[in-house]
Order: sequence, then C-alpha cells, then structure tokens
Amino acid sequence: MAFTESKTGKIGLYGVLLVATIVAPFLFPNYSVQLATLWIFIIVAITWDMTGGQMGYNSLGNIFFYGTGMYAAAVVGIGLVYNVGDYTAAAGGGIYEFTVTQWMTGYLLGSLFAGVFCAITAVILGYLFFGLRGPYFAIGTLGVAIAAGELVSNWDWVGGGQGISLPIYPGDAGVGKNVIYFGFAAVGVVLFIFVKWLYSTRFGAAINAIRDDEEKAEAMGLQTLRYKLTAWAMSAFFVGVAGGMSGFQLGHFEPLETAYQTINLGIFMVVCVLLGGKGTLWGPIIGAVMFQIFKEVTWNYFLGWQWVALGALIVVTVVYFQDGLMGWLMQKKPEWFGIRVEKKDDAAQTAQ
Amino acid sequence: MDQIASNIGLLIDFPIVNAAIIIEGLMIGALFALAAYGLALVWGVMNVKNLAQGDFVIGGGYVAWYLNKSFGLHPLLGVVVAFIVMWGIGWVAYKLVISRVIERDLFTSLLATFGLAIMMAQIMNLLFGSDTQSLELDVSFLGLPNTFSFAGGIINLPAAKIIGVLMAAGLATAVILFMKNSRMGQAIRATAQDARAARVLGIDTEKVYSFTFSLNAAICGAAGAIIVMVWVIQPFYGITYSVRAFVIVTAAGLGNLPGVIAAGLGIGAAEQYGAHIFGIQYQQGIAVILLLLVLLYRLLQQRRKRQVLQ
Repeated sequence: MAFTESKTGKIGLYGVLLVATIVAPFLFPNYSVQLATLWIFIIVAITWDMTGGQMGYNSLGNIFFYGTGMYAAAVVGIGLVYNVGDYTAAAGGGIYEFTVTQWMTGYLLGSLFAGVFCAITAVILGYLFFGLRGPYFAIGTLGVAIAAGELVSNWDWVGGGQGISLPIYPGDAGVGKNVIYFGFAAVGVVLFIFVKWLYSTRFGAAINAIRDDEEKAEAMGLQTLRYKLTAWAMSAFFVGVAGGMSGFQLGHFEPLETAYQTINLGIFMVVCVLLGGKGTLWGPIIGAVMFQIFKEVTWNYFLGWQWVALGALIVVTVVYFQDGLMGWLMQKKPEWFGIRVEKKDDAAQTAQ
Repeated sequence: MDQIASNIGLLIDFPIVNAAIIIEGLMIGALFALAAYGLALVWGVMNVKNLAQGDFVIGGGYVAWYLNKSFGLHPLLGVVVAFIVMWGIGWVAYKLVISRVIERDLFTSLLATFGLAIMMAQIMNLLFGSDTQSLELDVSFLGLPNTFSFAGGIINLPAAKIIGVLMAAGLATAVILFMKNSRMGQAIRATAQDARAARVLGIDTEKVYSFTFSLNAAICGAAGAIIVMVWVIQPFYGITYSVRAFVIVTAAGLGNLPGVIAAGLGIGAAEQYGAHIFGIQYQQGIAVILLLLVLLYRLLQQRRKRQVLQ
C-alpha cells in the first residue's frame, strides 16, 4: 500500500499494527473503553466506505444496522436464558443472574445472530431502496433509521423508550473489559482482511464500476442490483456484529440516543471516512483514528461546546477537505500509490 | 390494537371530531408548507438540499421568544423581526458554507447542511437552554376573544392559531407575488431554469443565490416565530421540521408551488389523524414513514416507466 514498497516492509507494518492492537489494552488499561470505541469507529467507517466510497451509494442510515444489531443481540443474549418480555418489563429490577458461560454465549452468539439478521434486513431494505439514487438514497436510508428508532421506542416487548439493561460481565471486571475490547478488535481485523481481499477481486472492480457509472456498468452486463445488495448485506453484517457487541459493552441502551443514534454515530461514520479519504483501503481507518482523537480532545477540553466543534468539523471537512487525508496525499505524492505522473516539463521537452 | 379500534370507532361515531382533527391538521400543515416552500426554492434554484431548514425555523422562534422575554416585544412584531434576523443569519450561512457547496455533488450539500444543523441546534441549546418554550399571544387589544369555540366545545380555535395561519398565508402570497412580478423574482426563476444561460444574459447568479438562501432562512424564521406562539419550540425540534419539509417537497416535486401547499396541508392532516389513531407517541414516526412511502411510491412510478421503455 501507501507507505511501503517492499513485501517484507508490508508484512512488518502489519505485524507492528497487530502487536499494537494486542498489547494496547494492557499498556493503557485506563483507556480500554476509548480503545474499544475506536474499534467501533473503525468498523463502521470501513463498512460505510464499502457502499459509500467504493460503490458510490452514500447511505445515511447504516446506523439502522447498528441499532438493530444491538437489539437483536440483546434479545438473543437474554432469550437464551430468560423470557425476554419478563426481563424487559422488570427494567433492570428483579433477580436475573447470568453465569460467565451464559454471558459469553449470549455475547458471541447474540452478536453473530445480529450480524446475520442485519444482513438479511439489508437485502430486503436494499431491494426497496436501491432504486433511489444520489441524495434520495441518503434521505431514504436516513428515514429508515429515524423511523426504526421511533417505532422501537414504542415497542414494549424490547423495553420501549426505556431500552434494555443487559447484564454486565459476571466475572472479573478487568477481564470483562478485555473480552469486549478483543471482541471488537477481532471483528475489526477480520473485516480489514476481508475488505482488503474483497477489493482485489472482480467483485471490488464491479462495485467500483457501479460507482463510476452505473448505467454503463449495467450496459456491460453487470447485474448491478445483485452486486449492490451483496455489498450492502456484507457491510450490514459487520455493522450488526459491532452493534450487538456494543450493546453488551454499554450494559444499558435505549432506542433514540444509543441504538439508533442517527445524528451521532450515524453521521460520525461518514465524517470518519471523509476525513481519511473515501474509496481507499486505509482512509476510513486513519479517519476513524483522527476523528476519535478529535472527539476525545473536544469532549475533555471544550465541554459544552463539543457538539458545536463537531458540527464545525463536519462542515469544514465536507466543504474544504472532502478528499480526506488519503486523497490529499494521493495528489501530493502520487508515486506512493503507484500512480505514474508525467511531469509537465518532460511532456513539453518531448514535444519540442 | 383495542386502543386503535376504539380510536377509529370514536371517529365514526362522532363525525365532528374529524372536523376538529382536520382543522388542527390544516393549521399545522400551513406552517409546514411555509418551511417546505423555502426548501423547494433553495432546492430548485441552487440544487442545495438544506437539512438545516428546521433549525432556521427554530432559530426564528427563539428570536421572537428572546425579544419578548427580554425586551417585551409583542409576539406579532416578533414575526417581522425574526424574518429580518434570520435573513441575516441565512446570508452569513450562505457566505460561509452554502456558496461553496452549490456546484458540488448533492451529497456534499446534504452533509454540509447537516453539520450546520448540528451546530445551530447546539448553539441554541447553549444560549437558551434545553427547556421547551412558548409565547402567550394575547389578542384582547383587537377586541377578539382568545379562543373561539364551535360545536359545543369540541372544536376550539385559539385566536393565536387563526392569526398564525393568516400570517402564514399572507407571507406565502407575498412571496409568490414577489417571485412572479419583481425583477429579482424573475432573475431567481431564470436561474432556476438554467443558471448558465442566466449568467450569459447578465444575471448576477451569485447575488441570486445569496438572495434566495437568505429569503429561505427568513421565511423559515417567520414560520418559527409563528410556531412559538402556537406550539412550543425546543433547540432540538429542528430535525422534525426538516424531515417534514423534505416529505412535502419530495411528494410535491420541485417548482410545483400549489403542490407544495397542498402536500403541506395534507401531511398536516394525515399526521393528526395518525396521532389520533395510533397515539401521540407515534407522531414523529408517522412523519418519517410518510417520507419513506412517498419515496417508494416515486420509485415504483419510475420502475413502471422503465419497464415501458423496455
């Protein structure tokens, strides 16, 4: 990729990153929550880029899968042990004990189920909405996310507006934090390897063709709808898993502000991708890191004004810096990306 | 389910309740239509999808509210002041942000105005607090009762609402006449049709754009100043007005002014019916679902068109 030419260098870079991922929570045990959040950002940013950057379908409603995943995982996690209706009706009261095994089963199976469920939902929604183009797709998907939040907050079986309180990890609290962190990290690493492979295949080329010119891609005989549905289902799967896990991380969540947080995470993921550079492999990851740092700094030092600062960041990024860091680098140092640029002087000389 | 059935039964047994709901819905719809008209203007002329529309509305409401609470300005005068102040804020927003996204792809304007919306909502939250606010409009100086009652008290029309709707209608008429007859209105319509040709013919499109966006913000501000007399405002209510404005414009289509007004009134009424039948907590959800239905309906229409072409 961008930073290294040689193969050994590449492997070395990935090795360093992997080691950093593994030792980070032990080096900075006080920041393990922030590190886990960083992984959520990385996951949602990469998945958003799968449709937004690579396929040209800018969804504002990917948060729908995050919230739905959260609920699906919680329902499975609780439902394996207790009756869901009784559990939510007690709203955190009552005596509902979970053993470590029960909790782990709920956490892993629930998140996996959440992913599968979201992928299926994505196919159904995609079938309805992929006829919409450009801003209409963005508005439509945003509408789905808002509507889902409103409807779920009136659905008593899953706790209504109160939301669901999930059990905290029953064992040692430090171990629980690491279980959460490594859950996210594993999903993130798998996702990265998956998209790196995916973008090198024919499938990656096909979705790029849809982004560049959908009519022509269709004329070339690509089944565009099928590609679009597959891409969205894959991205929904990973968002759903991440959403399911964050339900267990938070312990308590409610529909409007946490699960279907349209104006928070739903927009943050887009900003992450734009900051880093859309349509690139590393862009979303770098953007997520930059965004997370910005967010933590403003939350700590500009308390009260943090949202204003975030709004300003969105405006500035979108208006002035839309190609993101990777796009800017690609313009400044095209040779890092394997793009050969003929210098103006050379061309002029040959012409003479 | 029983609740829903009994609510529907109530509508059938007492037809006068229908009238009450429809009147209430049309009044709300008139104000939605005002915000939507501004959106249609900006969307049609400069191809910017303004997600900060609702926040301009709420901003206008807070201008009127603040001037009343601090300086005792009469709420009806507040509408005029809100129009002027929001004109200025719209102009600043145009110069800082909007002017740089006009020529860009559509998603850019959507996101940039979303950022603007977050900023505006948060600034209002910091300035005025997160409580809901409203103003009492006392019309006894006009020699009118503060509430008109019909049909034995089932239909209650506060004078504030009637005045609000009349002002909304007046403002809409004024804007329509302005667009039809004035030089600037003609320039705006010409730019909407073909910006390049308008530029060739000597129209300063930059000026047209800034004027249009400021006008939109001002219309929204006036609508907000009316809303603060009739209902309540809160810093984060903006998004609901944005969503409704989008529903209306998407349903009516661009540049279809009677359509925008009809859709606005219709959505107001539909929402009130929905809130009556399913319960008030679904009101916001109903507005969004209407948007989705409109989008899907348009999609099916186009799909049919495509099949005909094949």
